[in-house]
Amino acid sequence: MDAKTDILIERFGFVFIVAGVGFFILGFIFQMLGPVLFLGNIPIRSVEEIAHEVPWQFRDLAEEYPEEFKRAFGSPTPETYAEALRLGRDIYIREGCWHCHSQYVRPVANEPLRYGPVSTASEYQNELQLPQLFGTRRVGPDLIREAGVHSNDWHIAHFYDPPSVEPGSIMPGYPWFYDEDGRPKKEALSIVTFVQWLGSWERR
Amino acid sequence: MNHRGELVYYNLVTAHIVAGVVFLVVGLGAGFLYSLQFLNSYPLGGVEFFSPGRIRMLHTNAIAYGWLVNGLLAGIYWAVPRITGYPVLSRTLGWVIFFVLQILVLLTAGGILRGYAQAIEWGETPLFVDPFITLGLILIALNFIPPILRASRDAPMYVSLWYFTGALVWVILVYIMGNFVPQYYVPGAAGAAIVGNFIHDLVGLLVTPLGWGLMYFFVPVILKRPIWSHSLSLMGFWGLAFFYPMQGLHHYMWSPVPMYVQYSAVVATIAIEIVVTTVLANFFLTLRGCGDFLRNNYPIRWFYTGMVFYWITCLQCAIQVTLTVQKVIHFTDWVVGHAHLVMFGVFSFWLMGIIVELWPRLTRREWYSNTLHGWAYWLNTIGLTVMFLALTMAGLVQGFLWWGLNPFMDSVRFSIPFWFVRTLSGGMIIAGVVLFVLNMYLSLQTETTGEGRTLRAQTTAG
Repeated sequence: MDAKTDILIERFGFVFIVAGVGFFILGFIFQMLGPVLFLGNIPIRSVEEIAHEVPWQFRDLAEEYPEEFKRAFGSPTPETYAEALRLGRDIYIREGCWHCHSQYVRPVANEPLRYGPVSTASEYQNELQLPQLFGTRRVGPDLIREAGVHSNDWHIAHFYDPPSVEPGSIMPGYPWFYDEDGRPKKEALSIVTFVQWLGSWERR
Repeated sequence: MNHRGELVYYNLVTAHIVAGVVFLVVGLGAGFLYSLQFLNSYPLGGVEFFSPGRIRMLHTNAIAYGWLVNGLLAGIYWAVPRITGYPVLSRTLGWVIFFVLQILVLLTAGGILRGYAQAIEWGETPLFVDPFITLGLILIALNFIPPILRASRDAPMYVSLWYFTGALVWVILVYIMGNFVPQYYVPGAAGAAIVGNFIHDLVGLLVTPLGWGLMYFFVPVILKRPIWSHSLSLMGFWGLAFFYPMQGLHHYMWSPVPMYVQYSAVVATIAIEIVVTTVLANFFLTLRGCGDFLRNNYPIRWFYTGMVFYWITCLQCAIQVTLTVQKVIHFTDWVVGHAHLVMFGVFSFWLMGIIVELWPRLTRREWYSNTLHGWAYWLNTIGLTVMFLALTMAGLVQGFLWWGLNPFMDSVRFSIPFWFVRTLSGGMIIAGVVLFVLNMYLSLQTETTGEGRTLRAQTTAG
């Protein structure tokens, strides 16, 4: 290496522009802008679009817990369904559910046999995946095909005290989703709605 | 000596070290508490603010922002003025940054426990904290770039300064990219590409370059000999700068993210292993013939152990990133073991080595006890090794149970013995760190030596 180059690449300006800004932008374009542009054609659905059709699980919650549901949401309409999905997603985030449950099925390790169809990018082009909730660890099972696997009642009991319906489970309970009598509050109804939505599009 | 005293703002370094070790103890405590949930013996079950899910986020954020950022800042407040010969831009700005950082860490902790976490891994800092962190990072760059810039006008920059310059720029870009883009603009798989890169860039473009930069300063200074090869230094830095921003997607292998991104992340990650080997070869060759130092030079012992762990981590990285191995170990405790090895075994070890070196100089007192140093070192080293092995084995067990289509609960039941060992080893690590902090505290009680003598002078032969 000749002396001039040697001196140039060890100066602040060169390191700042080439290594600091340049290589970072290169990586950004290649690894991040690429996927953004590739998937840009798939429209991003809003929660209202998703909630256009109210699933039976949400109406079932209204029937099973009429008083609680009325207090929390009123009646099961697309508007209240959207509200429940949003709140459910927020709870999923703030309780850190996504640290122990992933949300994608891989095409390997027999996962399609265990969970269901392999995940595709279009499934995630919606407002509820903003930010995305892929997850990086499975202390508990993957949840992207969870809709309809368990009943609403199972979920209501499970969120209160997981080992009561799943012996040996190490998932913590969330009793603050329930009132003093153990009846579900808005939080419990919302998180159940959200979990029952995950993968519902694959169950039709 | 007077000149030196003004060059480095001792109190600022001390303050960052003290804040750092406090958050280290808090962060480790939170991790220990969280691990009890895996044994179904969580003491605070049913309390909303101390829900294990939130405590987990407290654990990672206290370690990343409370301990590592404070510790690394202490390191560069010491190293940058000494390398460049110029003080940082402003002492006042330094104190502003210090207090802002502590307030933001506390706000983050409070926000997470209160339920305002953001769903970005390693970036769970609540949304209302994010803009202030961005601003804080810009202030940090403002404080450190002037001395580096002035030194660069005088002569070509020393290796450490390349790393510091890179890190000061990268961390701002990385933070903005990771915390705002996937939160507001890019959902789903493309968002995952950004978040994956954020997860890794926080390690790779903040902690790693600052850590390596500090090693390039402290190792030659303590050994009183130059770095073995300048060419290897160049290769190490430019390799890191080129490949690191491209490898983060390895956190989402076999996901719906376009495959070209996944393939290239594999290539970049394996390339990084080669780069890391050049850097480590450089350091091990610098250290050649210094076997005695491992016995009687405490900072070098921490540094050297950290480097060995680093090489193991990166070798593991190159193997586990391949799509074949990912089939088994993705989503398992293998990854958790890997993360602990790098965040604690490498960077925390290095920072503790730096504290061993700096604490006597900052406080102008001898270390209280070498025995405590020994206990702290061995408890941490053995505890971490045991934790790493337990989690790695647990990961293989979990991965193959899932692949074998066993009932999901099997992977939980069979993991419990490993999780038990993990909690025990976590206890060892906490005990080691507490002894370390105790030693720091007891040293303050000893008589001042007037001028800061170092442990090195006291314990190194010749």
